[in-house]
Amino acid sequence: MTVQFAPPSQSAPAPAVIVNGLRRAYGDRTVIEGLDLRIERGEFVALLGESGCGKTTLLRALAGLDPVQGGRIIAPRRPAVVFQEHRLLPWDSLWRNVALGLDVPDARARVAAALAEVGLGDRLDDWPRNLSGGQAQRVALARALVQQPELLLLDEPFAALDALTRIRMHALVRELVANHRPGVLLVTHDVDEAITLADRILVMRDGRIAYEHRANDSGTIARGDLLAELGVLAAPAHG
Amino acid sequence: MSNLEQAAGTIDLPQTTSGAGSGTWRYRALSPLALQALSWLAPVLLIVIWEAAAQGGYLSPQVLPAPSKVIRTAVKLTTQGTLLNDLGVSLLRAAAGFAIGGAAGFALGILVGFSAVAEALIDRSIQMVRAIPFLAMLPLVIVWLGVGEAEKVFLVALGVTFPIYINTTLGIRQVDPKLIELGRVQDLSTLQLIRRIILPGALPSILTGVRYALATAWLALVVAETIGAQSGLGFLAMDAREFLRTDVIVLTIVIYALIGVGADLIARWLERRLLAWHPNYGAAR
Repeated sequence: MTVQFAPPSQSAPAPAVIVNGLRRAYGDRTVIEGLDLRIERGEFVALLGESGCGKTTLLRALAGLDPVQGGRIIAPRRPAVVFQEHRLLPWDSLWRNVALGLDVPDARARVAAALAEVGLGDRLDDWPRNLSGGQAQRVALARALVQQPELLLLDEPFAALDALTRIRMHALVRELVANHRPGVLLVTHDVDEAITLADRILVMRDGRIAYEHRANDSGTIARGDLLAELGVLAAPAHG
Repeated sequence: MSNLEQAAGTIDLPQTTSGAGSGTWRYRALSPLALQALSWLAPVLLIVIWEAAAQGGYLSPQVLPAPSKVIRTAVKLTTQGTLLNDLGVSLLRAAAGFAIGGAAGFALGILVGFSAVAEALIDRSIQMVRAIPFLAMLPLVIVWLGVGEAEKVFLVALGVTFPIYINTTLGIRQVDPKLIELGRVQDLSTLQLIRRIILPGALPSILTGVRYALATAWLALVVAETIGAQSGLGFLAMDAREFLRTDVIVLTIVIYALIGVGADLIARWLERRLLAWHPNYGAAR
């Protein structure tokens, strides 16, 4: 559990997390069985799958929120998480919210920089209830990134936003990830969101990674293949 | 709505922005200031009628003295008597009892709110004691502690402990589990989790407990002071009863009422300050 203040190296790929043979069960019901996963730093991985396939269960296990029944998770330190809800503390100003758990002497300066990065640099002393849904989620992003995580877990963070706000958030997230280069695991049920953002897309089924697709040289991912994997009948029109 | 506002505006005093908050859907022919004045009409009228009835000889001074007489008595007792001293003694007893009972209720509430073991150990006992109306304990408390200061402070503390305890445990249980989960994700220590998330989340409920406790503290004090007190407002009232000084009795009742209102104002002020973030309390900022 070391805290690294130096900027991460941009060249050599280092794993943000390695998962070996993960098993997660609720009582008799096994949700995840023998799951292997490796995410490099700076790599953006999207995780798709039907409801109940164990996507969120995997994310919560990686976040250390739920106990696992077998296997290993090796991560340099605790990952940062952005949830579907912003989960801002209503009794704290924005800067105190972003500084939650940030034990460094120059916390306020670090927070100011993080909020500026998400376009809310002038709202340090404002209150969560004065924010729109998109703004609140941007603060949640700032709170995750100010910890300088090596692994960033996104649990459907844009699902509750309107379409236009979601597009703006996609651009912002891409920019933030490019600057900070954490490994990212995005859990989503939006195929197009996954294609837009991810370097690599995983489809989860029956508690395992059933399908994996990397962006090709031009950076695009075959949408039709993906939909077929997800059990949706669609003409593979887009390449 | 704008038509209505305009129509109202023509017969209105200029509206202040602060008055726009409540009841905007209702038709208002009067400005907030006028409504405020109107709300005082009935109480003032009542006092005027009371005064007139007393002056006209329809009310025996032994039954209900005139308001003016009560005010004169207040001035006289303040300048020549011991009214301020008695008031101070009563307030001190209430404050001491409130501090002791509040601290005990809060500490127990925190303990039970956080620990299932503590809950199993002490919650049932506390709930059983709570089932006793605390004023029913008075004879026993007098046997234990006599009729001195300790008995009065103890009774107030007893009345304060339970509302604070119950609302503290309730508040802690009602903290959003998603925020507690966030605390774990942000790697907060247990102490940080309590200070940053659990206590602020429980605060609205705790302050509700404080308001209840202020009311019971006052009730406990009135009862305790009517028995074997040598000073204090209750003593003043009991002493006056001996001499059929109805004006003094009414004065003490009015003072009790005023202090009750004052305590409630303090509680509301605390809520507005500490819960400024809360949409149901606090001024918008």
